[in-house]
Amino acid sequence: MQKLLTWIDDRFPLTALWESQWGKYVAPKNFNFWYYFGSLAALVLVMQIVTGIFLAMSYKPDASRAFESVEYIMRDLPWGWLIRYMHSTGASMFFVVVYLHMFRGLMYGSYRKPRELTWIFGCLIYLCLMAEAFFGYLLPWGQMSYWGAQVIVNLFSAVPVIGEDLGVWIRGDYTISDITLNRFFAFHVIAVPLVLVGLVMAHLMALHETGSNNPDGIEIKKQPKDPATGLPLDGINSHPYYSVKDIVGVVVFLAVFSIILFFMPDMGGYFLEANNFIPADPLKTPEHIAPVWYFTPYYAMLRAVPSFLGSQFWGVIVMGAAVMIFFALPWLDRGAVKSIRYRGRTYKLWLAAFVVSFLILGYLGVVPVTVWGQFPDGWPLLGTADRATVVARVLTVVYFLFFLLMPWYTARDKTKPVPARVTG
Amino acid sequence: MMIMSRFKALLAVLLAAAAGAAVASSGADIRMEPSPINRLDLESQQRGARTFVNYCLNCHTARYMRYNRLTDLGLTEAQIRDNLMFATARIGDTMTIAMTPADGKAWFGVTPPDLTVEARVRGAEWLYNYFLGFYRDAAAPSGWNNLVFPNVAMPHVLNGLSGSNRLVTTEFRDHEEAQAAALAAKGIVVLAPGKDHTYVVKTLALDTPGTLTPVQYRETVADLVNFLDYMGEPAKNKRVSLGLIVLLYLGVLFVFAYWLKREYWKDVH
Repeated sequence: MQKLLTWIDDRFPLTALWESQWGKYVAPKNFNFWYYFGSLAALVLVMQIVTGIFLAMSYKPDASRAFESVEYIMRDLPWGWLIRYMHSTGASMFFVVVYLHMFRGLMYGSYRKPRELTWIFGCLIYLCLMAEAFFGYLLPWGQMSYWGAQVIVNLFSAVPVIGEDLGVWIRGDYTISDITLNRFFAFHVIAVPLVLVGLVMAHLMALHETGSNNPDGIEIKKQPKDPATGLPLDGINSHPYYSVKDIVGVVVFLAVFSIILFFMPDMGGYFLEANNFIPADPLKTPEHIAPVWYFTPYYAMLRAVPSFLGSQFWGVIVMGAAVMIFFALPWLDRGAVKSIRYRGRTYKLWLAAFVVSFLILGYLGVVPVTVWGQFPDGWPLLGTADRATVVARVLTVVYFLFFLLMPWYTARDKTKPVPARVTG
Repeated sequence: MMIMSRFKALLAVLLAAAAGAAVASSGADIRMEPSPINRLDLESQQRGARTFVNYCLNCHTARYMRYNRLTDLGLTEAQIRDNLMFATARIGDTMTIAMTPADGKAWFGVTPPDLTVEARVRGAEWLYNYFLGFYRDAAAPSGWNNLVFPNVAMPHVLNGLSGSNRLVTTEFRDHEEAQAAALAAKGIVVLAPGKDHTYVVKTLALDTPGTLTPVQYRETVADLVNFLDYMGEPAKNKRVSLGLIVLLYLGVLFVFAYWLKREYWKDVH
C-alpha cells in the first residue's frame, strides 16, 4: 500500500493535495453549530450530482414526453421515486444549507480580509446554484415549471431596446417550448454543474490558503505556536477532529432530510408545488404563479418595484442588484472587528433588520399581493394601495440600506476589544 | 365601502391561511368536510378502484397508471383482469380510454383531465368535497353545478348513487349572523358576498334520493378518493415504512458518531 502511494506521489502530488486541503489543515478549535453547513453543502452537492445522473438515465428532455417520463420514474422505475425525491428535496435543502452558511459568514465577518476571494467564489457558487435551480425547475414540465420559466425569461425581455431579442435568444423560440426545454436540460446537467464543481474547488482552495475564520474572528495564524505540537495555540488538526465532528453533523442533517423525504416530500407545497402535477399547458395561465421558496425574497422585490417610464425593467435591476451586492461586502464593511461577538449594538440591529427583511420578503413572495388587503380609501398617498406591496417596498429599502450604509455604521460602531485567545 | 373592503381583507387572509384547500372564485369562503381516507385501508382502495373504472375511466384517463400496479392493493393479476379491466386492455397497459381528447373537448367544452396525479393537484379533502358538492342547476350546460368547483363542466356522474341535491341559499344583512348560520350548518358551506351588501350562505339539501343512502354514498366517495390518493403516489406506503427504518438506522448511527466525536475531542482543551 505504502509502495503504491509512493509510486503515485512520485508522479502526482496525491499526498500533498490531501494534506494541504484537509489531512494537515489546521483549523481553529472553537467552531460552533454554524460551522457544519459548509461540509453539509458539499454533501448535498454530491448527492444532487449522483441522483441527477440516475434521473438523467430515465428522464426525456422532450416537451411531449418530459412530464410522462417523470411519472415513469416515480412509478415504474424501481426505486425511481426515492431518487427523484432525493433530488427534489436536495434542491431545497441545498438552499437551506447555503443560506445558513452565508449567514454564518455575515455574523462572524468571514468575508473580510484576507478571505475576500473565498467570499467571492462563494457568491459565484450562489449565482450558479440559482441558475441550476432555475434550469432544473423547467424539466418536470408541469404548469409551474412552464409558467415560472415564462415569467423569469420575460424579465430579460423587459430590458430596453434589446429585450425582445434577448428573450428569443434565451428561449430559442418565441415562447417557452421544446427547444427551450432541451437547452435548459443541457445547462442543468452539464454546463452549470461543471462550473459549479470548479468554483467549489476554488472556494475550498482559497479557504485552505488563508485558513478558516472562527466565531471570535481571531486570526489563529498570527498566534504564537505551541512548542509541543507546532500548531497555533488555538489551532487543531481538522483531521481527525473536524472529520469526526462533521460526521455527527451529517447524521443529524440526514435525519432531518429523511423526515422530509419520507414523510412530507411535498413539504406542504413548498418543495413540490401542487400545480406542478398538472402537465404544462401554454394556453392556460395559472391564477397564481409563485417561484419556489428560495427565490421568493427576490421575487417580492421584483413585484414591489413600481413600473417607471413605462418599463418593468427597474424591478429587474433591483432584483439583480440585491443578489450582486453580496460581492461588495468585503469592501463595504469598515468595522474594527470581524465577529458579531465584539461588534456594537448598531451593527447587530442592522443585521437583525436585514434578516427580518429577508424572511418577510420571502413570505411575501409566496403569497398574492392582496394578502393583507388594501389601505383604506381616505389615506393620503397610501389609499387603496396593497398593504403587502407597501411593506415589501419598505423592506426592500431596508435590505439595501444594510449594505449601502455599512461603511458608515460599521466604522462608527462601538466595538469591544477582541481577546488574544478564542473563547470556546 | 369601508366594511366591504375590510370584509374582503379578512377573506383574503382566511383564504391564504387555507392555502392548499380549494379556493372558490369570486372571493367566497368555503368550509369543507374532512376527508376520511386511510392509506393503509387496502380494501377501501380496492372498492375505490372499482368505482373508478366503472364511473371515471370512461371519460378520464389515468395514463401513467398500469393495471398490474393494482397488485399493490393486494389483488392478484387474475382478479384485476376479471374485475377491473375491459376486454381489449392488457395487464401491463396503462389506463387509457377510447374517447379522444378532441371528442372530449367537443362534448364537454374541455378535455376531461388525466386523473393519475389529480389527488396531488387537488388534495384528498378537495376531491372528497367535490364529489359531495354537486347540485341541480338548470342554468348549467350539463344541468349540474358544484359548490366546491363552481360552473364545473363535468356532469354529476355518480348521481344515480347519490341522488340529486338542490342548492339552499339564505341571505343575511349582517355578517356575524351569516357567520353564525354558516357555522351551524352541516356539510359543505359557502359564505359569499351577495348583492347590496348582503351575505349569502349556501348549503345543499337532498331532493331525490339515489340508490345509496347519504351515509353509503359518503363511504363510496371516501373509497374513491382513497383510491385516487393511492394512484397519485403508489409508492407512498413503501415510502413511509422505509422512512421509519432509515430514521431508526440514523438514530443508531448517531449514537456511534457522537461517541466517536466525544472520544477524539477529549484531548482538545
